[in-house]
Amino acid sequence: MTVLAPSRPSGRLLPGRLPQRFLPVIATFAVFVITFGVGSFRYEGFFSGQVVANLFVDNAFLIVLAVGMTFVILTGGIDLSVGAVAALSTMIAAATLEAGWPPWLAVLTVLASGSTLGLLMGLVIHYFGVQPFIVTLAGMFLARGLCFLISVESVSIQDPVFRDLATSTISLPGDIVVTWSVVIALLTVAVAVYVLHLTRFGRTVYAVGGSESSARLMGLATSRAKVGVYMVSGFCSALGGLLFSLYMLSGYGLHAVGMELDVIAAVVIGGTVLAGGFGYVAGSVAGVLVLGTVQTLISFEGTLSSWWTKIVIGVLLLAFIMLQRLIVRQPSAAR
Amino acid sequence: MKRAQILWPLAALAGLLVLNIIVTPSFLSLRIQDGHLFGSTIDILRNGAPTMLIAVGMTLVIATRGIDLSVGAVAAIAGAIACTWIADGGNAVTAMIMALGVCVLLGLWNGFLVSVLGIQPIIATLVLMTAGRGVAMLLTEGQIITINDSLYSKIGAGFVVLPVAILISLAVLGGVALLTRRTALGMLIESVGVNPEASRLAGVRSRTIIWTVYVFAALCAGVAGLMISSNVNAADANSAGLWIEMDAILAVVIGGTSLAGGRYSLAGTLVGALVIQTLTTTVYTIGVPTNVTLVFKAVVVIAVCLLQSPRTAGFVRERRRRKQPSVSVPRPQKVGVR
Amino acid sequence: MVDMRGISVEFPGVKALSEVDFRLFPGEVHALMGENGAGKSTLIKALTGVYRTSAGTIRLNGRPVAFTGPGQAQQAGVSTVYQEVNLCSNLTVAENILLGREPRRFGAIDGRATRAAAAKLLDRIGLDIDPASQLGSHPIAVQQLVAIARALAVQARVLVLDEPTSSLDSDEVAELFRILRVLREEGVAILFVSHFIDQVYEIADRMTVLRNGRLVGEHLTRELDRLDLVSAMLGRELSTLEEVQRRTSHHAPGTEPVLQARGLGRAGAIAPFDLDIHAGEVVGLAGLLGSGRTELARLLFGADRPDTGTLTIGGKPARARGPRSMISHGVAFCSEDRKGEGVIADLSVRDNLVLAMQAARGWARPVPRRLAEDLVAEYIEKLDIRPADPGAVIGNLSGGNQQKVLLARWLVTRPRLLILDEPTRGIDVGAKAQIQKVVADLAAEGMAVVFISAELEEVVRVSDRVVVLRDRRKVAELAGHDVSVSDVMSAIAAQSGPVAAVAS
Repeated sequence: MTVLAPSRPSGRLLPGRLPQRFLPVIATFAVFVITFGVGSFRYEGFFSGQVVANLFVDNAFLIVLAVGMTFVILTGGIDLSVGAVAALSTMIAAATLEAGWPPWLAVLTVLASGSTLGLLMGLVIHYFGVQPFIVTLAGMFLARGLCFLISVESVSIQDPVFRDLATSTISLPGDIVVTWSVVIALLTVAVAVYVLHLTRFGRTVYAVGGSESSARLMGLATSRAKVGVYMVSGFCSALGGLLFSLYMLSGYGLHAVGMELDVIAAVVIGGTVLAGGFGYVAGSVAGVLVLGTVQTLISFEGTLSSWWTKIVIGVLLLAFIMLQRLIVRQPSAAR
Repeated sequence: MKRAQILWPLAALAGLLVLNIIVTPSFLSLRIQDGHLFGSTIDILRNGAPTMLIAVGMTLVIATRGIDLSVGAVAAIAGAIACTWIADGGNAVTAMIMALGVCVLLGLWNGFLVSVLGIQPIIATLVLMTAGRGVAMLLTEGQIITINDSLYSKIGAGFVVLPVAILISLAVLGGVALLTRRTALGMLIESVGVNPEASRLAGVRSRTIIWTVYVFAALCAGVAGLMISSNVNAADANSAGLWIEMDAILAVVIGGTSLAGGRYSLAGTLVGALVIQTLTTTVYTIGVPTNVTLVFKAVVVIAVCLLQSPRTAGFVRERRRRKQPSVSVPRPQKVGVR
Repeated sequence: MVDMRGISVEFPGVKALSEVDFRLFPGEVHALMGENGAGKSTLIKALTGVYRTSAGTIRLNGRPVAFTGPGQAQQAGVSTVYQEVNLCSNLTVAENILLGREPRRFGAIDGRATRAAAAKLLDRIGLDIDPASQLGSHPIAVQQLVAIARALAVQARVLVLDEPTSSLDSDEVAELFRILRVLREEGVAILFVSHFIDQVYEIADRMTVLRNGRLVGEHLTRELDRLDLVSAMLGRELSTLEEVQRRTSHHAPGTEPVLQARGLGRAGAIAPFDLDIHAGEVVGLAGLLGSGRTELARLLFGADRPDTGTLTIGGKPARARGPRSMISHGVAFCSEDRKGEGVIADLSVRDNLVLAMQAARGWARPVPRRLAEDLVAEYIEKLDIRPADPGAVIGNLSGGNQQKVLLARWLVTRPRLLILDEPTRGIDVGAKAQIQKVVADLAAEGMAVVFISAELEEVVRVSDRVVVLRDRRKVAELAGHDVSVSDVMSAIAAQSGPVAAVAS
């Protein structure tokens, strides 16, 4: 090779690079504030703490599902089964309670079965090299089918503990009322943030999303991370399903149909890159809030029909993908 | 190797057919009535026609390393346009032309997002999957629009010895197979699927090819949408073509085309689509509740995918090798703590 | 320290290594030599547990080991740096260095301590970058040094370096060698793989030569001269290796240039330049890593769009609207990124070979089967592509043979101008000589060739004229019989006054 290389700066400090990574999340929050602002401007009574609180109350299960999905998408995978597993969870909860099981046992059964399903999907994906899309699609069919195997009809939940938990509220200062679901959802978010950023499992999840082969050659526990995220997602789906059963007070195989798409949309709107490696749980929460606000806006509007929700979500999705293109392109251009 | 890949789906299909024959001995019997063929197998073909048609388009999309989630929504839009037009007193032919024209536009939109803007296909088509169904509902104003047009109902329910729908699907499948394998289109599609940038630098019109397959997929979805709505003489924006994209993707994957792009098999897709439809019909004839079909679908999908997975073959090989006393590899000692 | 005996590794249908012995002592730099496909990488991967051995024993400090993955190998003190940077560009520098062994406090990862530890390691190898910056924001060479910092982060007793220098410039190589010498003093056993024979002689104490998956021999560096080494690697006499004769300009003066660039440039890639290329002439592009060699070539081919300037091909103005239009003008381009921009890995040698020709014909007119077979057979023989099987999947071929197929892909289109970007990088000596010879023959037949290489000797030897680039700007054009490596070097190193302000 050549000699006499003029010393060139071998590495530069690039100020402003770090905040740029947060830009999608910031943008999501900005959209949330703007849509909310539009609502406050147009409708009396929109701008209140309770409307914000209701966003959390009505979407607590969605937040939990989005947390699980964020783990999966960070590794570059996808989980289409979340809606179906949530429905299966409502069904198992309702059926076991109807059979007279104590509530704690019902809850444990639900969480265990959700996690197991996730674990199985993860194992198939990782050890047999079948694409996540297909495996979780099969998981979705399986979970939905199992719902109807338990019962084709909707099963209502009569258990007093569940009913109490569903109806009891917590009063916050300023006459704001939230349900226990919100507390559970926020706890889930906190745990997820801790796991993703302060444990080796979490860092491995990001590393696998960045480059799986590199992560493996670096000696990281990639198998554990890759299988683990599906288990996390399965657990979150089960927990989300429990929250949903509190919300609906019934178990039904047609609950949460198509919810996986809402969840994926929320995660993407929240700035997580589908190819993996970039994204934050906080962003996904913001994504859920944006979707919730859109729904609230449309219900306030009254004359607008439900199909506008779908169209608006589609448009928002598009807008955020465009934004991501602009941001993700830059670091790769530096290579 | 390619032969082996189609073996498992074929075996699955054969197994399902045998099961059917055992349960209903008259399964294979065909009868001719008014010059039309009738029978369980014909029903399978007719009901499976839309899925098969969409799966053909999907095969090409998947071969370019893409995926099109929006086909179900596009099918719903096609049905909605045709039916609203006919319900307003329009001509059936114009209605179909209009519907397919719109589908081409939707395909152009998907192709634009993927090939020009470079957005990941799964997310680019998710946009239309979500918004498209909203648009279909907007067109029908949330109602189920029923129509009565003898020409229109021919596409989905008509017969020329065999059901018209299956004739259309098979014709498209055959046409595509001829077109891609007799010309260089197939090889160029595969090369774009394996390595888009290398293909571009070799002078392949990657962008045009990718764009074309999305338009073609949308067009297939449009025709399938017309079949579906014509079969029931109604447009139901909410449930027409619901989950058909998933069935189509499954058909492609069961047929041995990898979601990672590259080599594709149209014959495999045909078998895959038949497996899915036969399964649905079988479960129905056995008398299991319709919704529980999903469980069987999941089982078959996983089974076929696992059997096709090269890793499974690896495991089996290793098993066999381990059984023979071969060179023993000393177990590693665990060094240090994690 | 490491003692591998009778190691065999098998892949379905292929025996990649058979009964290879390998020893590595503490406090030495041991070079592993061999052509592409000789089994160097396989041996390394067998040692680090990426591949399973089908026979043989590996002892580390006298104890038998069999790692089931690189993680275990690392814990046992065997650390590896690979040719391609195997880090995660989405994470920060500090995270990459300490991933998997981050300092923890109360069970949680301690971010501050991680950055501090990383800063200390970066300091040890003299790399001045912010540990909290994202890895992807740094050039590849820096990422490679980060990978070495990572390897040092474990108290490595065995350090495996697989082609660590292929993306480094000479300063960085010198820096790397300084670090290696320090480590050697500390008693670390270093396994070093490189295609650069000079570097091997500079740093290695001992070398093991492999060929076709078998051990050829183990030698002390000072006892084996270069010619013997090369013939040991090739296993044949150096008939094909004879120096490609230094070619002299023989294009008839006054001939219209095949390609004429005037003020062609692209912001951030390369400053506007003029360039004439004549038929039958080999124009070399020389310059350091990042000097704009590849960028210039991509502009000529239309792979990137120029912002300014004009391009005339064969006397007719050509608007660079992308590769397709340039191909139709008779320009061909072999990218330096074989894997990413060259081969279609899942397709056969045949399909890869006719791809450009097919693309030019359009999809509706397939290349006739007979013609394709003839062409493939012709070039497999001409370029000595191995295995000589047109149906073989190209992804399974070695790097050198892939490169030959890519070369053939363009040759069948009979281009007027062939641009070769690093056609000989990372491939073995034999294939290298073959490719150089092909270039010389093509030029003799009247084709214009642009030849890019990081090795100045090679550029000077192959080219009639050398265009020198520095800091994304064309700085000199050296022609004639007497251009020497040192002329090119001084052109690269020359201090430039007014041109210093380059948009970067």
